Amino acid sequence: MSDFNMPSLGADMDEGEILAWKVKPGDSVRKGDVLLEVDTSKAAFDVEADHDGVVEEILVEPGRKVAVGTPIARIRQTGEALAKPAPKPVAPHLRITPLARVVAKDLGVDPAKIGRGTGIDGAITRADVERAAAKHEEPHVEKAPPPPSGADKSKREGLRDAIAAAMSRSKREIPHYYLSQTIDLEPALNWLEKLNAGRPITERILSPVLLLKAVAHAIWEVPELNGYWTDGALNQSESVHLGVAISLHSGVIAPAIHDADDMSLEQLMAALADLVQRARHGTLKASEMTDSTITVTNLGDRGPEAVYGVIYPPQVALVGFGAVMSRALVIDGQLVARRSVIATLSADHRASDGHRGGLFLRAIARLLEHPESL
Amino acid sequence: MSELKDTIVGLLLKIAPEVDAAEIKPDVDLRDQLDIDSMDHLNFVIAMAKQFGLEIPEKDYPRLTTLDDCVAYVQSHRH
Repeated sequence: MSDFNMPSLGADMDEGEILAWKVKPGDSVRKGDVLLEVDTSKAAFDVEADHDGVVEEILVEPGRKVAVGTPIARIRQTGEALAKPAPKPVAPHLRITPLARVVAKDLGVDPAKIGRGTGIDGAITRADVERAAAKHEEPHVEKAPPPPSGADKSKREGLRDAIAAAMSRSKREIPHYYLSQTIDLEPALNWLEKLNAGRPITERILSPVLLLKAVAHAIWEVPELNGYWTDGALNQSESVHLGVAISLHSGVIAPAIHDADDMSLEQLMAALADLVQRARHGTLKASEMTDSTITVTNLGDRGPEAVYGVIYPPQVALVGFGAVMSRALVIDGQLVARRSVIATLSADHRASDGHRGGLFLRAIARLLEHPESL
Repeated sequence: MSELKDTIVGLLLKIAPEVDAAEIKPDVDLRDQLDIDSMDHLNFVIAMAKQFGLEIPEKDYPRLTTLDDCVAYVQSHRH
């Protein structure tokens, strides 16, 4: 029998609130099955089983907030001999956006009683919650509901606290060094425009996907940037799980695209679209929040020229891309206007040095000069 | 016109569920005011294409910058 503890879904998580259990005592579970839903200061996540087994006991009921590492269930391991199929969840998964969940709590609305929401796949949105609250309070016109901005603000403040803790730890513990390189994107963008021109809209690829793929392949050449600094040593990862920074209404999160280096551009595009959509609708998995081996932040085509990020511990590197814009570059001795991007590397000097970091950025640039090879 | 605009707003809310429909300004860049990125915008354009049966080439994306732009685009391309 082993305790199943409240997991840490990132360096900035101290505690989590159990929103709902998806299993009950006696249920057989397989590794990867969703056991419960946990709310953190960032968002709500599905938490999966880390091994096969049978649920013996639920130790912490929904609605309670407990510290990371606190036993919340007991699961008897059955190893590989387990043959029973995974059970159906005991309760249907409540599809609700993170903000709607906060607003519901603030307004005293039970989301389970709202029914199907108006969001994607029936997800309950803030507007659904507010409508339910208004309907509920109609007979009590003298009591105005609290402004939703209060709940919104508290979630944002929680996320600010979480980011503050993680980034302070990063700057306190990690000796960062920073490098940058301007990359001529004209070949990659021209190639991509031709590729997309012949495709229906649902099969087109966005330029940030090319950047992600180039990062994933460049890691093969400088693998010490991919992994974790733990117990005073670099633990290099054999898999490339790209953490992708996504800006939400409540703040920034960086869930992982698993094995990004093995994906085609089409697969990577689909994975990114899926990740962004699920991040917006609050249906990310816990493993996606903890598995990133390196993070990429792309401030988009309207962002600043360059971004020098803070490494997300215990990772050892972060790659940043600024806005793609036309710049004066010298190509074959001629001054020409070219669409280009400034790629930056923030890296942990305990795990790598500037020479290797420079090779990494040059590898990204070289790969983007030959996009057909990606 | 209003019905068309409401339909487009509905598509936007599916992409960005945290947005308050009443706060969307029709003549302001959607990406700026809704804080959505290029992936969200592409998902929105795909949703527009499916909803209205349009083939929207990549070069037309800049013509879908504001809510008013989107309404005008659908009106001029829908048969």
